[in-house]
Amino acid sequence: MKQQIKLNVNGDDYELFVDPWRTLNEVLREDLNLTGTKLGCGVGDCGACTVLVDGKSVSSCLTLAVAVDNKTIVTVEGLAPSGETLHPIQTAFIEKGAIQCGFCTAGMEMSALHLLKKHPSPTEQEIREGISGHLCRCTGYNQIVEAITDASGKLKADGGGGLTS
Amino acid sequence: MRLPRFEYIAPKTLDAALDLLAKGGEGSRLFAGGTDLMVKMGHGLAAPTMLVAVKEIEGLNGISFDPSKGLSIGAATLLVEVAEHPDVVKYYPAMAQAAKKTANPQIRNMATLAGNLCNAAPSADNAPVLVARGAEVAIAGLKGTRRLALDGFFKGPGITALAPGEIVTHILVPPPAKASGASFQWISARGKVDISAVCVGVTLRVEDDLPKDVRIVLGAVGPTPMRARGAEALIEGAGWSKELIGKAALKASEESMPITDVRASAEYRKNMVAVLTRRALEEAHARALQN
Repeated sequence: MKQQIKLNVNGDDYELFVDPWRTLNEVLREDLNLTGTKLGCGVGDCGACTVLVDGKSVSSCLTLAVAVDNKTIVTVEGLAPSGETLHPIQTAFIEKGAIQCGFCTAGMEMSALHLLKKHPSPTEQEIREGISGHLCRCTGYNQIVEAITDASGKLKADGGGGLTS
Repeated sequence: MRLPRFEYIAPKTLDAALDLLAKGGEGSRLFAGGTDLMVKMGHGLAAPTMLVAVKEIEGLNGISFDPSKGLSIGAATLLVEVAEHPDVVKYYPAMAQAAKKTANPQIRNMATLAGNLCNAAPSADNAPVLVARGAEVAIAGLKGTRRLALDGFFKGPGITALAPGEIVTHILVPPPAKASGASFQWISARGKVDISAVCVGVTLRVEDDLPKDVRIVLGAVGPTPMRARGAEALIEGAGWSKELIGKAALKASEESMPITDVRASAEYRKNMVAVLTRRALEEAHARALQN
């Protein structure tokens, strides 16, 4: 039987009726058409499906939608709500060549957001640990580490405002 | 990977959860972080008809520490909370390291310590140090509550001493003894995030320059986390020396019962038991001398 849940996703409130066996990943992509969040391995290894739930990075493929009733979700679409002005993390990824095929990018950027909230000036070691739950088969990770370092600088320069979303 | 159909209920009280598990019978499963159970369901290895969520049950959230009573960790407490809690980091650093080593950041933000133990994987990263520390699990059932040493909790791969319908409510860890130290050592194929091929937890205390209450617990080299009792006995009360540590490490290796699987061969695991046991003994000893 479907259950009623309330979610706040990227600042918008939703009331949804969902089957208990559907994942947050399915509900975001199929019901809310937020297809920026990807589905990769489906078992919590690859990180492509990472979103923030109440500020914590989680694998949306292993999260039941009914288990996040009344929670606040941020997906990659929430990084640039206008769709025009990119978030400093996104700008840094583009500038540093941290995107090739792009499949891991949405998840990587959500973990970067989570990391920079916890550690505004992360060391390289902290960055590598912060993205250790992600697989990228294109870049070899170095550009991603450079992008997150760069994003840290950009965010400090604009007073950390980009971390409030 | 569509999941099989089930009902999901998030009770607010322990009594309600126990009633639900009793009514649901074999089809019901307790659901904490879900990071193991969701994968099993997705692969068709588990097909519960009712999930009873742990996370909204009152009184099962969070960590409390009292220098005379020790540590109490509620069943809904996340691995990230264990890894970062100031008292755990300060008084139980090896426990914090094991929690921080488990899986990856996203999984640690979802998965619970109690879930890692109740899943009863032989490789459970958090088990060796907790067993070595003399941790207990507090268990609630319809007939009342009981406490059980974690040492006797694991019965086989995926099997625990829990009776049907029982719930682990807390993990209880005694206060660290005077001049004691612990260590967690591990090795895995994919660096930080992989399941351990071998992990080792050691605790000991130093009295009159001699190691006492030595506990060496090996993970992923037997059907359950296992004590290396022969190695413990070699060190207990003996003069600390490099030769002795080497002998004990080899003894632990002999005692281990690994199998060959996707993560490592039995032969490699046996070798690594010796290496990790030596490192764990050295670190626990060094920490004990500082405490």
